[in-house]
Amino acid sequence: MDDYKINLKNYNLEKKSKYNFNKYLKFFNLISIALVIISIILLFFKGLNFGVDFKGGTLIELRATDKQITISQLRQSFLNMNLGDVNIKEFGKNDDYLIKFEKKEDNNPNLINEIKKDLTKSVGEGFNFRRVENVGPKVSSELLKSGIIAIALSLTAMLIYIWIRFEWQFSIGAILALFHDVFLTLGIFSLFNLEINLSIVAAILTIVGYSMNDTVVIYDRVRENLRKFSDIKIFDLTNLSINETLSRTIITSVTTLLALVSIYIFGGEILRGFSLAMILGVIFGTYSSMYIANSVLIKLKVSQKTILKEEDKN
Amino acid sequence: MLYFSRTKIITVIFFTSIFICLTLTNFIKIDDNLFKKKINLGLDLQGGSYLLLEIDNQPVITQKLQNKLTSLRKYFKENNITYKNLKIVATNLISFELKDDQAESFYSLLESKDNDNLINPYYQRFKSHEYDVNFSENIFNLKFSKYGLVELKKSSLNQALEIVRRRIDEVGTNEPNILRRGSDRILVELPGLDDPERIKSLLGKTANLTFRFVSQENESSFGSEKLFSVDDDEELIVSKRIILSGENLVDAQPRMDNQSNETVVSFTLDRVGAKRFGKATTSGIGKRLAIVLDGEIISAPVVRDAIVSGSGQISGDFTFQSATDLSLLLRSGALPAPMNIIEERTVGPGLGKDSINAGILALIIGFSLVIIFMFYKYRFFGLIANIALIINLFLLIGVLTLFEATLTLPGIAGIILTVGMAVDANVLIFERIKEETKIEKNNIIAFDSGYTRSRTAVIDANITTLISAVILFFLGSGPVKGFSVTLGVGIFTTMFSVYYIARLLTSFYVNKNKNKESLI
Repeated sequence: MDDYKINLKNYNLEKKSKYNFNKYLKFFNLISIALVIISIILLFFKGLNFGVDFKGGTLIELRATDKQITISQLRQSFLNMNLGDVNIKEFGKNDDYLIKFEKKEDNNPNLINEIKKDLTKSVGEGFNFRRVENVGPKVSSELLKSGIIAIALSLTAMLIYIWIRFEWQFSIGAILALFHDVFLTLGIFSLFNLEINLSIVAAILTIVGYSMNDTVVIYDRVRENLRKFSDIKIFDLTNLSINETLSRTIITSVTTLLALVSIYIFGGEILRGFSLAMILGVIFGTYSSMYIANSVLIKLKVSQKTILKEEDKN
Repeated sequence: MLYFSRTKIITVIFFTSIFICLTLTNFIKIDDNLFKKKINLGLDLQGGSYLLLEIDNQPVITQKLQNKLTSLRKYFKENNITYKNLKIVATNLISFELKDDQAESFYSLLESKDNDNLINPYYQRFKSHEYDVNFSENIFNLKFSKYGLVELKKSSLNQALEIVRRRIDEVGTNEPNILRRGSDRILVELPGLDDPERIKSLLGKTANLTFRFVSQENESSFGSEKLFSVDDDEELIVSKRIILSGENLVDAQPRMDNQSNETVVSFTLDRVGAKRFGKATTSGIGKRLAIVLDGEIISAPVVRDAIVSGSGQISGDFTFQSATDLSLLLRSGALPAPMNIIEERTVGPGLGKDSINAGILALIIGFSLVIIFMFYKYRFFGLIANIALIINLFLLIGVLTLFEATLTLPGIAGIILTVGMAVDANVLIFERIKEETKIEKNNIIAFDSGYTRSRTAVIDANITTLISAVILFFLGSGPVKGFSVTLGVGIFTTMFSVYYIARLLTSFYVNKNKNKESLI
């Protein structure tokens, strides 16, 4: 990339923006808009693969200690139990299986016991249940509701926080960047049919916090530069600010990703979806802080006046 | 920003060492009250069961209306009030009609706010009656008021809570956690329980026991009903009149019957029960006495002798286990209403152990990677950041220990994530110092303004994460709550380790090397 210089002859210091990030601003904006639209279409038409937490039903994690047990045997035995649509897949290790079904009859406290007995009859005793989750329809709809409320609440809280700390232009930029990150993450979960459960909601909330964190650091610099330089256009000024904070952005993203990748690889099967969502969110969050949050400031023609007006009031 | 007074240094060292000790007490045993504290492991890490029970209050409402109906009938009779069409409509309404002259006065009686209004009690603190009364054209419609239902639910929840506690205590599990949730739910946490099936089946039973005579008639009539008999595998007609109920039992035990070699449940009655049982068995010799549990007949033996001793036994098709369970249920009493298990999460001890191991492995690897990366990037200052990070980890675990917080698998993920994000504050500061050293040649001034000028960004950036953690804490459930706790506490310990530990170390270093060039 060419060295990109801003004319700063009115100041006795040489400021250099090493990279011209904003050169591709239009291009990336279009891509982001397209990706968000695709994600929304996916969410609408393909929907999300909700786990038992949000859809209700039963989940059993089964470990076969008897190596003779095969997935087709399990499938056949569960089919014979008349539990409706049963979904069985391998989970992590070769001998672990995840069995999911939506329970038909409610309120049978002995359901799991009966399944265990039936299964012993057909495949022998060489298995155990490592985990059982059973969520009734009432609870699952409550959990879904509180998950949606939590995400909506955190977005609102961020909007208000940035509004208080910066100007309304900044808070709109930050919130659009957050929407971008949340929709893209959900879009990928929809595209690859990855399961949405309680821990994914936690991941999304953390993504909201992280992406915000990234945006705030750049905004903080934009504000500082706005105060310093009255004759730099916002287009160049955001570029300068991104450059000045770039090494921090990269280092923090790398350390966070190092932590997340180690959870993804070593943290076990249960945390896999959670860490994947977080990894995606950190990547999107870093990108959106640079390309979405700032382009809103450019579109809204933020200038030195925007922040000075506010400071006069105080 | 770089100056530290001596007392401040001592305070920082003091607090840091306390929290390091607190962390270490999780691994070493020390006999001191402060250092006895330990982090609790969540059910997903130590294995165990989480059950959410919901009370089905409809039968209680029906029962209460039935009782009210009876007492109204009695009241009308005693006070010579003529009534018509006294009945329960659509399971939740009592309806009746009175004559003109008596209707008005009875209405004002129902609406009376006096303490002695027993027909429709008035709750002073809610400013509401138990029943809402709808009165028009001499027709009364009585329905539970909002607060009447609240009271009803509260009392059945309290009773159910007591019974659930007794039943779980009888089974004898490790430190069960039994809590009320909302107006009609009970949360039961059973740590370390591998197989919750027995407790689930015990909690799923109302255990309403009655002794009633088998009717001689062939068809069920007003005073009798048809019930299924498990013992005979057929339906029997049983009188609705209750001779004896579970409330009259003071003890029940499983026993081997010497004569028949069967497992039976022997029971002991209280004084009132013994008297009533004696009377009924005296007059009912030759009749079959049905023992009904939750609408099913366990057995219906023929009464051969009058039983006046106040004890007896229930035979049925029992195994020793089922007899033990039945006696347990009878000893701990009947639930006021049926309960459903609406959410269950059980983790076996094997999976819990695997999760701990995986979590610790991920923590060690993630931590090491971050430390290596920071050292590679900043060399000496990387070392400072790493020392702050290690102390941060100790502080975080120390705080969790101090509050005896519950650590869950997502909680461990929160710790690892904190490690990844905690260095951010130091990175922000170091990068700022780098910029400042370019324009300011005096190291002390440059470092000082680096700290000062990066502060708003550091604080803003951490508050955003804190907001997420707080929302998650209030709206999340179970393991996810554990994540929000570690994430939130992590932010405070990070701030401390960055602004006290790392800054202290930086200030030592800078003050010693103030004349060197390019420190960072």
